[in-house]
Amino acid sequence: MTEAVTTPPAPPAPVVDGENARRRGWGWLLLIPGMLWLAIFFLFPTVQLFFTSLYDPSGSFERGYAMTWHVANYADAIIDTSNLFVRSFMYAAITTFVCLLLAYPLAYAIAFKSGRWKNVMLVLVIAPFFTSFLLRTLSWRAILSDQGPVTSFLQTIAILPDDGRLLATPVAVIAGLVYNFLPFMTLPLYASLDKVDYRLIEAAGDLYSSPFTGFRTVTFPLSLPGVVSGTLLTFIPASGDYINAELLGTPKQYMIGNRIQAAFLTERNYPWPRACRSS
Amino acid sequence: MTESTTPGTSRAAGKDLRLEGVTKRFGDFVAVDDLTLTVPQGSFFALLGPSGCGKTTTLRMVAGLEEPTTGRVLIGAEDITNLRPYKRPVNTVFQSYALFPHLTIFDNVAFGPRRRGVKDYQQKTRDMLKLVQLEPYATRKPAQLSGGQQQRVALGRALINEPGVLLLDEPLGALDLKLRRQMQIELKRIQTEIGITFVHVTHDQEEAMTMADTIAVMNAGVIEQMGAPGDLYENPETTFVANFLGQSNLIMVDVGDTSGRAVVVDCHGQKVGVESTRSHTSAGKGWLGVRPEKIFASPAGLENHNGSNVLTGGRISDVSFVGVSTQYLVRMPWGQELMVFEQNTGQRAAFKNGDEVDLAWSRAHAFLLDADQDAQAGMMTPEADT
Repeated sequence: MTEAVTTPPAPPAPVVDGENARRRGWGWLLLIPGMLWLAIFFLFPTVQLFFTSLYDPSGSFERGYAMTWHVANYADAIIDTSNLFVRSFMYAAITTFVCLLLAYPLAYAIAFKSGRWKNVMLVLVIAPFFTSFLLRTLSWRAILSDQGPVTSFLQTIAILPDDGRLLATPVAVIAGLVYNFLPFMTLPLYASLDKVDYRLIEAAGDLYSSPFTGFRTVTFPLSLPGVVSGTLLTFIPASGDYINAELLGTPKQYMIGNRIQAAFLTERNYPWPRACRSS
Repeated sequence: MTESTTPGTSRAAGKDLRLEGVTKRFGDFVAVDDLTLTVPQGSFFALLGPSGCGKTTTLRMVAGLEEPTTGRVLIGAEDITNLRPYKRPVNTVFQSYALFPHLTIFDNVAFGPRRRGVKDYQQKTRDMLKLVQLEPYATRKPAQLSGGQQQRVALGRALINEPGVLLLDEPLGALDLKLRRQMQIELKRIQTEIGITFVHVTHDQEEAMTMADTIAVMNAGVIEQMGAPGDLYENPETTFVANFLGQSNLIMVDVGDTSGRAVVVDCHGQKVGVESTRSHTSAGKGWLGVRPEKIFASPAGLENHNGSNVLTGGRISDVSFVGVSTQYLVRMPWGQELMVFEQNTGQRAAFKNGDEVDLAWSRAHAFLLDADQDAQAGMMTPEADT
């Protein structure tokens, strides 16, 4: 505040500061419920997960595991599955990119052009979540199946060879991932775009921006928070997903999630997958 | 400005802003109704009216943000009716400023020149920041500035493009009274300095009168009256203008002899005169208008009001002392209460409730309006001076 009195070249500090003094009080108490929840259900399991990942892998579910600080679990996990890791990140990256391309225009239209249909359209975006993730992915099996309409159409217009198929290819897995995670991209983008003041877009037009330049210089930069959160919300779950690879792909398209699921539920090998997950 | 440069007028006048028969409908609602007006190049023009009168819609049609339903918008000889906003030689200072929150003050001001590919935009931007006195703030973001500073950024961002016409949409509406006065003077100074045509939309009659060369008073999509601030105030042609610009006493009268230089009217039995140039009705009934500060109150029967109009039989019914003046309500024999503002010169003791007074005013100060109009028109509080 003393700044305000000094010479003109140093303009007075932004007004926002005065607020803070008043805010310092009991507000941090509001953190307690959430923090407790996270401590019990996130921090504790994570620590436990970490220790499990260092158990002796020669143990078994029935005999129990011995704690031997077996750091080599990590090396095993990374060497065994490096191709799965790479594939997972690649699929997730492509998925995120395609989601962004599809969701941006959709979110833009809902935010600026939908008028009184806005709420209806938002509900439609999220409505598929009433059906289970598994069932929705299964129905994509039917859509992409060898006798299905999409495959035969693509064969007719000769994009796909006559014996070509969609199911059991990377295309099918990524298509499934895109479908399943599209709302996670659309909603944050919408939230961001909806906050963009339409008058700013008008102002850009008034200042010699064509609609495209206005988008590039004003709308898009202002929607970046949505792009970032949408990307995170899509990329992270997509890279850990195993349902799509399992139902729409073959072991050749398996992702790291498949391996972890198999190790946990089928092989009952505990230390190994935990090392996987931790790394 | 245009008059003084007679030799060059053919080119200068070629940049006048003209609206020809412009109508804008939103569904059934007619926002602007067959509007025709010319704004001479280099003038400070104000569109004044209550909210919803169509003034902002008119401005947006000039900016290209709305399309007229019918009619044409021209700058000089160029028809810009169908030009996209970014192709018009017009810039706007928006009511909310609409500064780009993600850009610095420098980048906000440089926005227009950059889009147009101006080579030395950096120098021009620095010059403009100097003109609006914001140089030390160049690297700040808009949210870090005060309202008045943001307002100057908005102004600089528009002015730097040297538009043919600068549109200002209630540019001072968000500022407090003191800052607003200051910015009024500032705006007028800048306009005189650079000579760009300003079209200023406002609901604040004082703001319009302080700054504009010409005011068009708008109501319900049409222009009620247009002219210099003084002319509009002294000689309103409609009850709307009489009430919206300042305050007026409107008295129902019978119009009598209209043959002479002054129209004689019968005001509830007392004869008064109105100069014929100030009469805007012909015969029958009429509204006689007098501004409260033009009326001189004197103790009943005491003074000789040579040549003035006099109404006798008034009785003071309310006194409010406001410092620079005292405002009286005077109940007339026919029941109406008239407002009288008296400058606080200290020459005479103030009247008290119940005192009997005569009211006098010069013939050159009254006006006569058509009786078909609503005497209350334009009396709505102009958005309570927000």
